[in-house]
Amino acid sequence: MSDTTVPVIRAVPERALPGGAAILLAVALALAVARPVLPELLVRVPDWAIPPYQDWMQALFDFIKDDLGLIHVTRAISAILEWFLDVTANLLYGKNRWPYLGPLPWTAVAAVAAVVGYAVGRWRMALLAGGTFAWIALIGQWDLAMQTLSVIAVAAPTAFMVGLILGILAWKFPRFEAALLPILAVLQTLPFFTYLLPAVIFFKVGPTAGCVATVVYAIPPMVLMTALGLKKVASEVIEAGHMSGSTRWQMLRHVYLPSARTEILVGVNQVIMLSLAMVVLTAFIGMPGLGAKLLSLMNSLKLGRSFEIGVTIVLIAVTLDRISKAWVVKQPVHFERGTPWWERNRLLLIALGAFVGCILIAQFVPLANEIDRKHELSMGSEIDTVIRAVLANETIDAATAWLRGFLTVSVLIPFRDAVLWLPSLSVIFILAAAGYAVGGPRSALLAGGFFAIVALTGWWDRAMITLYTVLSAVVIAAAVGLPLGMLAARRKKWAQPVLLICDTAQTFPSFIYLIPAIMLFGVNDVSVIFAIFIFATVPLMRYTIEGIRAVPEELLEAADMSGATRSQKLWKVQIPFALPTMAIGFNQAIMFAFFMVIIAAFIGTQDLGQELQRTLAGNQLGKNFVLGMCVALMALTFDHIIMRWSATRRKVLGV
Amino acid sequence: MSAAEPIISCRNVWKLFGQKPESFVASAKGKSFEEIRRAGYIAAVRDVSIEVGRGELLVVMGLSGSGKSTLVRCMSRLIDITDGEIIVDGQNLMSLSEKELIGLRRRKMGMVFQSFGLLPNRNVLDNVAFPLEMRGQDRHDRRERALEVIKLVGLEGREEYFPRELSGGQQQRVGIARSLAIEPDIWFLDEPFSALDPLIRREMQDEFLRLRGMLGKTIVFITHDFDEALRLADRIAIMKDGAVEQCDTPDKIVLKPATEYVRKFTEDVEKSRVVHARGLAQPINGHAVEGPAVPANATVLQLARQLVNERREYLPVADAGGKLVGAMNRQEALDILLGSA
Ligand SMILES: Nc1ncnc2c1ncn2[C@@H]1O[C@H](COP(=O)(O)OP(=O)(O)OP(=O)(O)O)[C@@H](O)[C@H]1O
Ligand SMILES: [Mg+2]
Repeated sequence: MSDTTVPVIRAVPERALPGGAAILLAVALALAVARPVLPELLVRVPDWAIPPYQDWMQALFDFIKDDLGLIHVTRAISAILEWFLDVTANLLYGKNRWPYLGPLPWTAVAAVAAVVGYAVGRWRMALLAGGTFAWIALIGQWDLAMQTLSVIAVAAPTAFMVGLILGILAWKFPRFEAALLPILAVLQTLPFFTYLLPAVIFFKVGPTAGCVATVVYAIPPMVLMTALGLKKVASEVIEAGHMSGSTRWQMLRHVYLPSARTEILVGVNQVIMLSLAMVVLTAFIGMPGLGAKLLSLMNSLKLGRSFEIGVTIVLIAVTLDRISKAWVVKQPVHFERGTPWWERNRLLLIALGAFVGCILIAQFVPLANEIDRKHELSMGSEIDTVIRAVLANETIDAATAWLRGFLTVSVLIPFRDAVLWLPSLSVIFILAAAGYAVGGPRSALLAGGFFAIVALTGWWDRAMITLYTVLSAVVIAAAVGLPLGMLAARRKKWAQPVLLICDTAQTFPSFIYLIPAIMLFGVNDVSVIFAIFIFATVPLMRYTIEGIRAVPEELLEAADMSGATRSQKLWKVQIPFALPTMAIGFNQAIMFAFFMVIIAAFIGTQDLGQELQRTLAGNQLGKNFVLGMCVALMALTFDHIIMRWSATRRKVLGV
Repeated sequence: MSAAEPIISCRNVWKLFGQKPESFVASAKGKSFEEIRRAGYIAAVRDVSIEVGRGELLVVMGLSGSGKSTLVRCMSRLIDITDGEIIVDGQNLMSLSEKELIGLRRRKMGMVFQSFGLLPNRNVLDNVAFPLEMRGQDRHDRRERALEVIKLVGLEGREEYFPRELSGGQQQRVGIARSLAIEPDIWFLDEPFSALDPLIRREMQDEFLRLRGMLGKTIVFITHDFDEALRLADRIAIMKDGAVEQCDTPDKIVLKPATEYVRKFTEDVEKSRVVHARGLAQPINGHAVEGPAVPANATVLQLARQLVNERREYLPVADAGGKLVGAMNRQEALDILLGSA
């Protein structure tokens, strides 16, 4: 055989359907067909057979909280966090706490942001960062945004530190890593309501709880990226460290951590973005800020103002994302010898100068300090009128009404009824069959087992509504996203801007996606599905493009030389090659959907999210946790099946 | 030139890779590389006994995967050996505690790596000063010493550059400077020049020889390149499948290969460029030697003109001090020069 560097699609004997999977599927079908004659016992787990998980969990939590005294520990942590939160709150929006210096003039903050932007990405970033803060001030949302940012300013560094330490431990101790990974996987799929309630109960209501929930939510990627980066340090760099006589601590401090810089900074980027996404959502536990405002505006259907807040959140997201990403790729550059110190620290001095300058100016020019109601440029009500006018336009109104009607009556309701009609056992067997097909008995057990647990919690019907919402939205997203992705992947010229848009859209906090949905469809099931649909289309498109663009040039040339037409090339070469990557996009779409469907609860869905949201009002930790686990288990099942399939497929393709 | 006083001595050193090699190594003794591999282990170093004298330059050669890097990493205890012992400067390397080992490296050892192993976040100065920083030298001393070695390797004026702003040859100079910063007695170099292009490589070899002359250190040098080995070596150790096939002076390796493998290995070498008059000198017992002597450190190639024009059957060989070391058979030398018929 010749030694070729081109990955070749190897012909593997395609097994039709592994026998086990076929049998499991047959059982599932038989159960479904026999539904009318099936004893009720097999259709749904009867009430008397449902173990009182909720009470057990509640008892467990109470035990940990009060008897073991965890509450004292968490109260102590609360006190520390609260102190930091008070400091940032005072500085950014003038909360009446130590150090009693704030609020900083908006010009000072914007100027420093611009210099930071310049430092990592020259004028473009300077403009973006400075411009974002200027917009926030001018539009009259300064206090709201600062409330949000003051929490991020504490939560993100905390999550960074905790994640870094856990990542180092995971890298150092494989046992610890083995124990940590499943926990992180669950954390990443747990609906955010499940973060919020324990945060409220264990930590003080208000910013502290929001901060804790945000920290916990933002930690997992930091841990993973840190461990990854540390594992990847080149062996010769490590050996050079040893030969230089480094102690263990010196190795970590001077060799491993600096060499893992890129991965760690990517982790930082993710921490910041997740913090922002979560902080916005802490509105649900009544934390003031952009999220809370947005929530109340949307509840009262003030679309113009919602839109403006949406723009603010998006601008903040893009700024934070771009700046932290620019920092990732920024490499140190040397100074010529003999450069004086003020030249070396020029940007620092400029930032300091601008900061002090702005504060001084603000003493004399009130508008440089704070933009009051009279001068703000918000056009909320005007935009509101425009939006309403556009939506009231007959064709648009007719189109959305028709779409809403069609989707509800012909697609969603039948699908939902079907899912609800199926016996639990049948669903469990279908998933077990899928598991078997991709990963043999182990995966079958895992997939079926997870759903069986959901059935045993007694929340089956609500879980199925969640599942139906997720699946319908993702199917629609796939129907739109995949063709669009394939189209965009055709030319580099098209692919690049679309990828950029997808990248940017992925940084938006999920909450944002509800704004257009509510504008177009009002408050109902269809708008939930529409929001999930936009949210989920993004990763589908992105990974489709990336998968297809990653097909090796030689393979395409080979196809051309074999006389393949464009569509043959697409179906016979590009898509098979891109499928594993596309599957990752599909998986992300489903994970996003599970996340989004829970947020949409406030619109008034009938699913697990609704129940979860209700638990927030009381202190039913047990119930909250059980509901959260139902969502997590369903998400994990899909995650396992899809990723497993993608991995085997990759191996087959030899990539 | 095997020195009287070895600074590194390896005795029956084994390094096996695989599951629980300690329990297997006893039964590995006497087995071939293949047999060991069939048992599921890789014998990266197989029963190696070798000594490096103080001030000697030992070159380790062999094909890819023959265990060169592993052997040298055993000598610096970057990896732990499976069996045998290694004595460095009178200390048993494997019995050192972590602290003693760090101490040894801080005082005595330096190493240069094939792909440089520079810290990307530090500039040249800080990379070179790194070992000094690790041993806690104060900032001022550190800087002074680092500037000194940077000058030594010819990187003056680039102190503030970061590794990615330098060419491969310059990066390797940084690696060399770093390894010299602590003034090590023992200097390990693992294919230091193989990542460089031929022109720069040549330049770096000259540079290396210059440094070597100035510093007089004990050096273990790995290379793939026989020409490089011949230019540099006092002795050459040739490895195959983890074992040292022969360890001798270049002349002896070329003239008297110990195994068929070594003979094959040296087959293509231009012998006349390798073999020195000293290597051909025989004891003067009864031969009539007269006339002017040839220098012992001249290669046969360098003596070519004289050999062809000469009439004497035996030529006296004298070292740099003018002392007679023996006599060289002219025909034997001519055979080397012209290839034996
Ligand atoms: N960490 C390791 N685990 C398992 N096997 C190893 C490890 N390190 C080296 N080996 C094996 O030991 C043998 C010797 O490797 P070594 O790197 O010493 O070879 P080398 O002579 O330096 O080769 P090269 O010229 O390619 O650098 C090889 O077969 C290699 O695959
Ligand atoms: Mg090697």
